[in-house]
Amino acid sequence: MSYDTVLDRRTAHPFPKIPFNIEPHMQTATLSEMDVQLKLDLYRRMLKLRDFELKVQELYRAGSLPGFVHLYVGEEAVAVGVCANLTKEDLVYSTHRGHGHALAKGVPGRQVMAELWGKETGCCGGRGGSMHMFAPEYGFMGTNGIVGGGIPLATGAALAAQLRNSGQVVVCFFGDGAVNSGSFHESLNMAAVWHLPVVFACENNLYATEMAFRRATKNTSIASRAAAYAMPALEASGCDVQETYRVSREAIERARNGNGPTLIEFKTYRFLGHHEGDPGTEYRTKEEVESWKSRCAIQALRQKVLTSEEASQQDFDRIQRETDSWLEDAVQFARSSPDPDPSTVLQFS
Amino acid sequence: MREITYGEAGVEALREEMARDSSIVYIGQGIGPRGGNFRQTRGLWKEFGDHRLRDTGICELGETGVAIGAAMNGCRAVVDEVFLDFILEAMTQVIQQAATIHYLSNGKIKVPVVIRGAMGSVRNAGAQHAHSFYAWFAHTPGLQVVVPSTPRDCKGLFKTALRQETPVLFIEHKALYNTKGDVPPDEFLIPFGEASVRRTGSDVTVIAVGRMVHIALEAAATLDKEGISAEVIDPRTIVPLDTDAILKSVRKTGKLAVVDEAPAMCGFSGEILALASEQALDSLDVPPRRICALHAPNPFSPPLENQMLPTPSKVAQAIRQMVRS
Repeated sequence: MSYDTVLDRRTAHPFPKIPFNIEPHMQTATLSEMDVQLKLDLYRRMLKLRDFELKVQELYRAGSLPGFVHLYVGEEAVAVGVCANLTKEDLVYSTHRGHGHALAKGVPGRQVMAELWGKETGCCGGRGGSMHMFAPEYGFMGTNGIVGGGIPLATGAALAAQLRNSGQVVVCFFGDGAVNSGSFHESLNMAAVWHLPVVFACENNLYATEMAFRRATKNTSIASRAAAYAMPALEASGCDVQETYRVSREAIERARNGNGPTLIEFKTYRFLGHHEGDPGTEYRTKEEVESWKSRCAIQALRQKVLTSEEASQQDFDRIQRETDSWLEDAVQFARSSPDPDPSTVLQFS
Repeated sequence: MREITYGEAGVEALREEMARDSSIVYIGQGIGPRGGNFRQTRGLWKEFGDHRLRDTGICELGETGVAIGAAMNGCRAVVDEVFLDFILEAMTQVIQQAATIHYLSNGKIKVPVVIRGAMGSVRNAGAQHAHSFYAWFAHTPGLQVVVPSTPRDCKGLFKTALRQETPVLFIEHKALYNTKGDVPPDEFLIPFGEASVRRTGSDVTVIAVGRMVHIALEAAATLDKEGISAEVIDPRTIVPLDTDAILKSVRKTGKLAVVDEAPAMCGFSGEILALASEQALDSLDVPPRRICALHAPNPFSPPLENQMLPTPSKVAQAIRQMVRS
């Protein structure tokens, strides 16, 4: 993949050779290997995430939404590929860039949008907002305002799953910004030694806010770090939802079968700034951003399916209409929902 | 009645609750075969095994987060920091995660985790093993803070802590583990938010928690011989705080002193004074007093540390001045 190339083009800094063994995963699925209904389903899910976030951007810029938002645009193939392999009872721990994770795990768009609006009908009644969004009834155990904050929690939830023999798998999303923290190290170490049913899904989008990963660390292979914990590792391109689906499936099955945790490095990219308001262009070249946009996983899948004539343009038009209508409903619901009653501020305190 | 130690009382509470509730998992360092640095889990590993008594490496941040996460997914978890001093490595998990999740999730996620650690000065351990941090936790919405001073309270409050649905800081005192006291052999629980009147009196109200309760009682015994009658009240839980018991006593005696092993600045002692001034100012005959640790890290040398910490004679002297002013 051209991930290394992108880095190399910017500087002469060599991309390090990985000194550890990384488990080979299945090759990217050929088109015939994956049922077209699954492909369309993955496409539909990704499109929902993309359009939802673009709508959030629009509403935020118009001053409708309070607070701060970190948008998931560009990384959809990760959340969708992973979560398509999970059951409702499985748990997801997310990050500050978590709207996509919530939607991919099945939290209704209405509830997510209403929460971003601070409304009573949001999944947390407006108490949490973008970075503290919980919906345990869908196995969504929280976005998190603290980088790395969810990693120990996910590990603990996996310990509970193991002790209770609940059959749950826990997926912990985090970014490259989290992997130099103590939380990452301590949690992966414990998860490995206890064989916990957890998948550490690292979304390496190359920048922790503005800090390029290659400037933050000497070993830029996140997958290689798993060797330090005697944990298997996998890599997947975040530009290919078929690959994220298949790779995460392998890790999730390993966890479900009692064979312990896996670290997956998803090589992805955020097309927008760190948060809404950050243009994201001061620390990234335009060429770099454009090169990733040109490999958009949503467009790539549509092109593949159209080229192979497994589905028609009409199918994609229909999916777009359904998505538009779903999104419009979520916005209308959130917009027209009541604010929380101020007198309830101490409830649950 | 039956006498056991404060440490044994904690073990007994755990044994009873772990037998009663199979979802309890206990996580910490040296709490398995070793039975705990303070013998606070002695014998439990043999009884409940590796799965439920999880020894960890030295990783307070990770192990505390793991306990909180386990509590989010159907377990009831205890994380033992052993020395409360070590909880600083894990503060982000305690303050940013444990304390907030129940509220932010609109009450949808319960977080039944007990965060246990031993506070205070013991045998001149030095500054980094002698902190008395409970006020920090009391300052954080979402945490209950328990500071037992006797074996009976240790058992009864620990059992109650193990039945809560939100996080509890269970803060024992290192120097109390080997102290003995009456503990009923039958099962009992002590509710949070109910102060205990350790000694009744009429001239002055003395508020203290943890080891300072015993310092206050020693001072009260000395003062009694001088004809000064001190009432010693142990709130037992700082959050929730039994404000009624404190105010009732202050209104009776007209004088208030607080003994605190933590420094006075922005602390528990100031909170009690604020309570009295806001709600019982008319009853106060003289300015209230705080007998607290001096504002310095705990020094190592015994004469220096003694100078820094409240002692029975310092407490007695302060109260004499109040009563005779």
